[in-house]
Amino acid sequence: MRDTHREYALNTVLALGLLLVPLWALWADEPFTITMFTRIAILALAGLGLNLVLGLGGMVSFGHAVFFGLGGYCAGILAQHAFNGAPILGLPGTNQMLIIWPVAMLVSGLLAAVIGVLSLRTEGVFFIMITLAFAQMVYYFAISWPAYGGEDGLPIYVRNQFPGLNTMRPLHLFLICWGVLMLALGLFAMVRASRFGAALMAIRQNPDRVAAVGIEPFGIKLAAFILSGMITGLAGALMADLSRFTSPSMMAWTMSGELIIIIILGGTGRLFGPVAGAAILVGFEVTFGGLTEHWKLWLGLVLLGAVLFARGGLIGLIAGRERLG
Amino acid sequence: MADPILTLSHLSKSFGALKATDDVSLTLHPGEIHALIGPNGAGKSTLIGQISGRIAPDSGTIIFKGRDITRMSVAQRARLGLGRSFQISSLIPEYSARRNVMLALQARQGHSFRVLRPVMRERGLLDPALAMLKRVGLDGRASVPSAELSHGERRLLEIAVALALEPACFLLDEPMAGLGTEGVGTLIDFLRGLKSEAPILLVEHDMDAVFALADRISVLVYGQIIASGTVDEIRNDPRVREAYLGEETP
Repeated sequence: MRDTHREYALNTVLALGLLLVPLWALWADEPFTITMFTRIAILALAGLGLNLVLGLGGMVSFGHAVFFGLGGYCAGILAQHAFNGAPILGLPGTNQMLIIWPVAMLVSGLLAAVIGVLSLRTEGVFFIMITLAFAQMVYYFAISWPAYGGEDGLPIYVRNQFPGLNTMRPLHLFLICWGVLMLALGLFAMVRASRFGAALMAIRQNPDRVAAVGIEPFGIKLAAFILSGMITGLAGALMADLSRFTSPSMMAWTMSGELIIIIILGGTGRLFGPVAGAAILVGFEVTFGGLTEHWKLWLGLVLLGAVLFARGGLIGLIAGRERLG
Repeated sequence: MADPILTLSHLSKSFGALKATDDVSLTLHPGEIHALIGPNGAGKSTLIGQISGRIAPDSGTIIFKGRDITRMSVAQRARLGLGRSFQISSLIPEYSARRNVMLALQARQGHSFRVLRPVMRERGLLDPALAMLKRVGLDGRASVPSAELSHGERRLLEIAVALALEPACFLLDEPMAGLGTEGVGTLIDFLRGLKSEAPILLVEHDMDAVFALADRISVLVYGQIIASGTVDEIRNDPRVREAYLGEETP
């Protein structure tokens, strides 16, 4: 049980560290650091969505960037309509985050339902390829649709708003993202401990057994896939506001790869795995990206090391293997 | 005799030119152990696969508790009360013995989409799971991941999982495989007590166990049932001796 305590301690350090460093950065007048930590929080949220299906359910989705990008486009498109006053589908646009988020989650969830129904009966390499194919379809659609910027992407001139906060101030935006991430972590922990989570994690290990006791794996997998798409979509909406820009590259297959890398580096299936993974990824990008444009080579070596020597990622390295009880 | 719980009628399944199941009919009645024996390659696994729902038959019907289940999925059949223990140990490896049983209980109760309550605090799952483990003598190993249990313990855990489903009949696919003499003895006693709860369709290689347990035996050779009857009838059937027992009696 000592490992469990160590994981709690590590999770606390990660959650508080993620909050305290930007607070320090405000005092030290380092706005870039705040933006960097906002990126970590958003990528962790996107990775958390993927962790639901990949970590708990064992479904290696290689197309999760599609939800990330779709969430981004929801934020961008609604903001553009709010800006120019033109209605969209008969409704006005909006620049309120509290409206944009549910829309982004709903749209991402619907797409996840469609992709899930068509792909979840397959396994292994087929599942990887089908999810990739769907993501690429949407990616090329976004490139070729000129109404919302096509290949050039879609700028958000003024960040969408959140009641009581000024989203143009880096710390305020960070606090929003951190808060959403903490809520999502709570949701993930709750799902994992529940009956639903018990079935989902069992499906990863032995789907035939789960069917043999009378639980239909398909329904459980589909529900997890939809929830996962919604969370990654929400992260996309936040990312669009952070960079004040949405573009097809948010849904590129390399982005799907980055989300998988985040989970592997942090610890597959672990609660704080995506947080640790996103911190490593962004840390690498900032540290080595300034020294050499080939920083991804070094990231690749770290990834190789993680796969060969630290299968549990950073969390597994420090807190040991997970005991499911 | 009471109405059968499980009835296979004229079941057939071919893989290309190979008739793995060839017009098989058999019944399982309340309170009995019906053993299915046959040499390797006789089509026992294919037949069990069709009963449990992994393999779809080409023709014929399977009636379970008066309902046609021929086209139902594995999970639907399990929910109706068709309990299966696997030939190859197949539990949830990272889950403890207790959690393996809890998953079966959860499936029995439905509600696998609940997300609000942690399962490890649900008395309605924890307590009955421990009771099941106690029945098979595994309560001392409740918190050990099933991957770390011994082979014999895993077999017992599979029985506990099957028990938790409170099935209307058991499909046991070679439950004795890999057990030592002592383990086989314990399991024979246990299964003898189990049949009063729900009848058992037993596929087994261990002839001593089959003769000790079975009320009726059906012999499967090249996908066909060549003989069906009591232990004595089967022992003395010349076709059976030739096709099957001949290989083993020196």
